Amino acid sequence: MSQCWSHFSHDADMGVRGQGETLEQAFEQAGVALTAVICNPDTLSPQTRVEIHCEAPDIELLFVDWLNDLIYQMATRKLLFGRFKVQISDQQLLGQAWGEPVDASKHAPAVEIKGATYTALSVSKVQGNGWIAQCVVDV
Amino acid sequence: MQTNIPVKHEAEFTWRVEPSGQMRVPAIIYATQELIEGMDAKVFEQACNVAKLPGIVQASYAMPDAHWGYGFPIGGVAAFDADEGGVVSAGGVGFDISCGVRTLHTGLHLEDIEPRKLQLADALFRHIPAGVGSTGAIHLSGSEMKAMLKGGARWAVEQGYGTEADLERVEEHGCMAGALPGEVSDKAKKRQKNEMGTLGSGNHYLELQRVVATYDDAIAGAFGLTQGDIVISIHCGSRGLGHQIGTEFLKRMVVSAGGYNITLPDRELACAPIYSETGEAYLGAMRAGINCALANRQIITHLTRQVFNKLFPGAKLNLLYDVSHNTCKLETHRIEGKKRQLFVHRKGATRAFGPGHPDIPSALRPFGQPVLIGGSMGTASYILAGTRESETLAFSSACHGAGRAMSRRKATKIWHGRSLVDELAVRGIVIRSPSLRGVAEEAPGAYKDVSEVVEAADRAGLARKVARLEPLVCVKG
Repeated sequence: MSQCWSHFSHDADMGVRGQGETLEQAFEQAGVALTAVICNPDTLSPQTRVEIHCEAPDIELLFVDWLNDLIYQMATRKLLFGRFKVQISDQQLLGQAWGEPVDASKHAPAVEIKGATYTALSVSKVQGNGWIAQCVVDV
Repeated sequence: MQTNIPVKHEAEFTWRVEPSGQMRVPAIIYATQELIEGMDAKVFEQACNVAKLPGIVQASYAMPDAHWGYGFPIGGVAAFDADEGGVVSAGGVGFDISCGVRTLHTGLHLEDIEPRKLQLADALFRHIPAGVGSTGAIHLSGSEMKAMLKGGARWAVEQGYGTEADLERVEEHGCMAGALPGEVSDKAKKRQKNEMGTLGSGNHYLELQRVVATYDDAIAGAFGLTQGDIVISIHCGSRGLGHQIGTEFLKRMVVSAGGYNITLPDRELACAPIYSETGEAYLGAMRAGINCALANRQIITHLTRQVFNKLFPGAKLNLLYDVSHNTCKLETHRIEGKKRQLFVHRKGATRAFGPGHPDIPSALRPFGQPVLIGGSMGTASYILAGTRESETLAFSSACHGAGRAMSRRKATKIWHGRSLVDELAVRGIVIRSPSLRGVAEEAPGAYKDVSEVVEAADRAGLARKVARLEPLVCVKG
């Protein structure tokens, strides 16, 4: 399965989905999908790097924590991230996110993300063919 | 109907699902035939799931604007008795704790506004921070943050962002009791430090509106509303702090549920017994979140008054009322003739106390609490008044807005921001937003018909129609 991201519909909010050959790639692509809720990720250069560390009792909660940590970093540092790298082992995630400061006139951010939710939450292996990680984010 | 769950048409605007399986109480939905047929399947499923939670009293309710939410349907109302093992649910309050609406009078009319409408729109857009990356002018230190979380709008007034008269017209007199700033994490406080007095984005807005119709002379008179009046409505919530509290406690409640012997019918219904460490911590943090939202709307009111002082010196922007629609509040309600203390969750639903309720400001008490229903961008908003019947119907609750009819993705496929802005301009409505995609996502057609929702609420007895407002200027983030 080649890596990619997508959005899926949810009435009031937005579903984000990442796919990849590995679990980590699926998480990274979901990061891109998260940014794409706000703006076009292709407009972002990797000027600043932020480290992420989270842990959770299962892989699905870990996925939500990953997204929520990205949301927190974007909100407090006023950054938008376009590139991601993730390592997962033993219910722990170490990640990096690269991006640039928010510029309303350049990025025209459509909406602010409040948090990642457990709605439509799923992290699963597609039979013999990679991973999908998704959930709805509240905007 | 978009559900296989058996729904009985109990009365003209009342639909009932009898308890079955693990449901402890029925699910009751207030709607017209057309509205209920348009409700997505998740509304019924979620209303029934809420009915399974421990300590729930009377019924799990859904308002006429109900749609798919997190655990609770948006437009969901449910009350719990702590002494019966009742729970508090972070999903039953939502991420945007105490998101709500406040409406200000201006004393102005269309002929005052029209010649300066563009100037006013630009001034409001410049002066009130909105959208991703925006920062408020106020940066709170640690002790100021604690004071704000404890004091709410009262704190804001003490800092000079309004008057005592404002506080009379805010739920809880502008200060939610029982707030525990210590239960709010450092991350939540950090997220809020630079966001005081910001509007947010998505469906948040500041609108200049005209009263185009009134439906009850006595109540409209008491509320100070006459056809032709210009009012201002502000729709926003507790910003980053509320969102972070929601995020953190949702996880905490999911992880701790098993330890409290709670089987969650759905992970999103994460909850904890009210009488538990997690439950009490959440209530303390959530109440601090309510204060944050009340303070935020108070500061935005002050910024709005500053704009009007410059452009319309002498205009008095008095507060009509401020309502919240994502909260859990401890209230006294009569159940089968007996007074009971209940924790009432309103998720995308507005409190609607009826005439005579002691918590309504004295000038408005004979008429019922103002209920401010925000419309979608470019359509209409309504002001209603709480009724006596609403208490037995749904613990004195009413709808909160139109509710979305389609996803944001679909909306951006159908509408384009630029043409929408131009079409609304032709109709005399000025839109100011940093994002055309954001405008498209908020297209009027993406929402249910607010008039139909309000009519259903009125005819079901949840709240009485008082006035219809139409927008002239809409500022969004």
